[in-house]
Amino acid sequence: MNYYNEMYEGSRVRDPYARLSQWVEGMPADFRQMKQAEAEALFRRIGITFAVYGEGGDPDRLIPFDMMPRVFEQSEWRRLERGIKQRARALNAFLRDVYGRAEIVRAGRIPARLVYQNNAYEKAVVGVVPPRGVYSHIIGIDLVRTSKDEFFVLEDNCRTPSGVSYMLENREIMMRMFPGLFRGNRIEPVDQYPELLRRTLESVAPAKCHDRPTCVILTPGHFNSAYYEHSFLANLMGVELVEGADLFVDGEFVYMRTTQGPRRVDVIYRRIDDPFLDPLCFRPDSMLGVPGLMDVYRSGGVSICSAPGAGVADDKAIYTFVPEMVRFYLGEEPMLQNVQTWTLWKQDDYRYVIENLADLVVKEVHGSGGYGMLVGPRSTKEEIEAFRAKIEANPGNYIAQPTLALSTCPTFVEEGLAPRHVDLRPYCLCGDRIELVPGGLTRVALREGSLVVNSSQGGGVKDTWVLSE
Amino acid sequence: MLSRTAANLFWMGRHLERADTAARLLDVGQRITLLPNTASGYQNEWNSLLQASGTANLFAAKYGEISQENIEEFIFFDRQNPSSVLSCVEKAREAGRIVRTALTSQVWDALNMAYQDLRRLEKTPRDRLHSTSLTDFTTSHTSTVRGAINATQLRNDGWHFMNLGYGLERADATARLLDVKYYVLLPRIEFVGSGLDTYQWQVILRALSAHRAYHWAYGGDITAGRVVDFLILNGESPRSLITSLYEAVWNLEGLAKRYGETVPTTARDKAREVLERLQAHDIDMIFDEGLHEFLTWFIGEIGTISTLVHEDYLLGGA
Repeated sequence: MNYYNEMYEGSRVRDPYARLSQWVEGMPADFRQMKQAEAEALFRRIGITFAVYGEGGDPDRLIPFDMMPRVFEQSEWRRLERGIKQRARALNAFLRDVYGRAEIVRAGRIPARLVYQNNAYEKAVVGVVPPRGVYSHIIGIDLVRTSKDEFFVLEDNCRTPSGVSYMLENREIMMRMFPGLFRGNRIEPVDQYPELLRRTLESVAPAKCHDRPTCVILTPGHFNSAYYEHSFLANLMGVELVEGADLFVDGEFVYMRTTQGPRRVDVIYRRIDDPFLDPLCFRPDSMLGVPGLMDVYRSGGVSICSAPGAGVADDKAIYTFVPEMVRFYLGEEPMLQNVQTWTLWKQDDYRYVIENLADLVVKEVHGSGGYGMLVGPRSTKEEIEAFRAKIEANPGNYIAQPTLALSTCPTFVEEGLAPRHVDLRPYCLCGDRIELVPGGLTRVALREGSLVVNSSQGGGVKDTWVLSE
Repeated sequence: MLSRTAANLFWMGRHLERADTAARLLDVGQRITLLPNTASGYQNEWNSLLQASGTANLFAAKYGEISQENIEEFIFFDRQNPSSVLSCVEKAREAGRIVRTALTSQVWDALNMAYQDLRRLEKTPRDRLHSTSLTDFTTSHTSTVRGAINATQLRNDGWHFMNLGYGLERADATARLLDVKYYVLLPRIEFVGSGLDTYQWQVILRALSAHRAYHWAYGGDITAGRVVDFLILNGESPRSLITSLYEAVWNLEGLAKRYGETVPTTARDKAREVLERLQAHDIDMIFDEGLHEFLTWFIGEIGTISTLVHEDYLLGGA
């Protein structure tokens, strides 16, 4: 397979990478190793670590950081940005619709079954319209590139996409270690993100809030693998980081317990999943949430970001219909394409996939994080047969996609630079405006030839640059 | 400030001070057992020590036999002993991790470093460690954290909660260390005033790093009266009951002033009252009343103040 190399066209260095190329060439190997060690020490010191669920081992494991940045030209970025914003608008329009009159279902564009029988569809919020009609306030859209002009959306994350702290810290560390690079290249900043996020949250305060809104981040607690990110964001936004037990409901509002008594909370940026939000409404055994929270939410006493039920838009089965949403709600043609997807509950698709397993990527509909997937071309016969049995047992649980020719970016390895496959997750903020910072999280598959970039599967991260004009 | 944040800062302070105390207890015991001593030998001393720290039953249940190795393991490394150095440092670090954003990076670094070093020490074969170095290790780390707090933390309500924890715990700890003396001497009243008695007082001073300070303050011989005065009533002595309690009151006053009239001040009022009563004492009154009885009263009052701190601030008024 032929892969698009983002830095080299044959032996020629593409324009955006020109200065970086000089930088690499002028760098002796021992200096590079020293800097790499310095970067790791910095990460460990500030405490960015990532615990991988179900793998055991060191809970304070670091995500490998690659010092070679990934670069976008301004024009490339502008196109991406328009596509991402368009998609974010469509996703929120869809959510507004399916919790209301569901015109898209009535029009026969999306099967009712996929919406209403979806686990993420929350009956408890039907008819509730959150402030400004926004359900998903932070949308992480995973993109891959296959050629100069072709980007595909791999999946949408409408609930609580994580990783944005890496985007910010990667930049921070690069600026600290190589200030010269930033003087020589004109790179758009990303550090306004926490400020933008706070403004976005404040812009969706409930109607009952008359003063400046009090926002909080709700975390499942310090045992959660993303706890660092939660506390990092709270710190930069200047808001409290609360756990469920810090909040309580009294009458028509939610309060937090402070040393000066109860203080009203207007907007909750929650980093816990729907089923845990409110034991009176969802899972009764949840200790993470706040009893009575949903009643307050439904009566407009508090905003929850993302809104309960937003997950129905980022399901892998719904995913195939996002281009349709763009046409249906916005009357536009989608600027970002989906990856061709076979849905195994359809007879024809099922037959095709079963016959071509060795060439395809198969994913669980509700899976995430690179777990429970099959990468056909990189799997042994035994692995494929084992997966085939799982699919046959429950075809409706799977989708399949072609193995994409993911673009590569030069990445530091033992011997110097070598191409490794990358993806991109920009973070789109939706409130009174739709905004995104120029950049995102680039994940890189560090194993040679690997196409799986998830940090749980040996992926690393890179700083992502957008050059200004 | 979130009540949970305040509670974590408060307990971070308490646990750091408690780790310090555990290490000092080990030192006191170690030195007392080096003396050619009472009829029943060193077992008695160690037992007094465990009595004073309130962990004698736990120790008896788990180890039974009193030996130097068992005691060191118990006081320093045993996770089942909630007052062991390792337990306390672990809890302090955990509290710090939860409220990372309320700590400066210097404080976090120092706290994290103490924990990481302790974990390494835990893996060292025990015959290569001896109790003096364990004590030094602990006090040097806790001092580093304390120093980082003093040098870098904002003087806000969080600062008050941390120092309130330190102050209350220190008052409690000094009282308990003094009480060790009571337990050691109890069976042999004829020792009072003897050379051995003096030596034991000296050990207590040493354990509180107050040996030289005592000489600066009083000069001359070490007598029970002066040592007790130094450790209870002397406002210059940094670990005395009166200084520790004064610090607690000062921090509670700070909170009361900052939070205004809407927030209850029962803890502040109680602490003020205890301080006044302490100030009204002189050393003769304490000995007349009985040192042990006095200390028991004091330790009880510190417990009450701590409970009131929870009620005033840490429950969030719900």
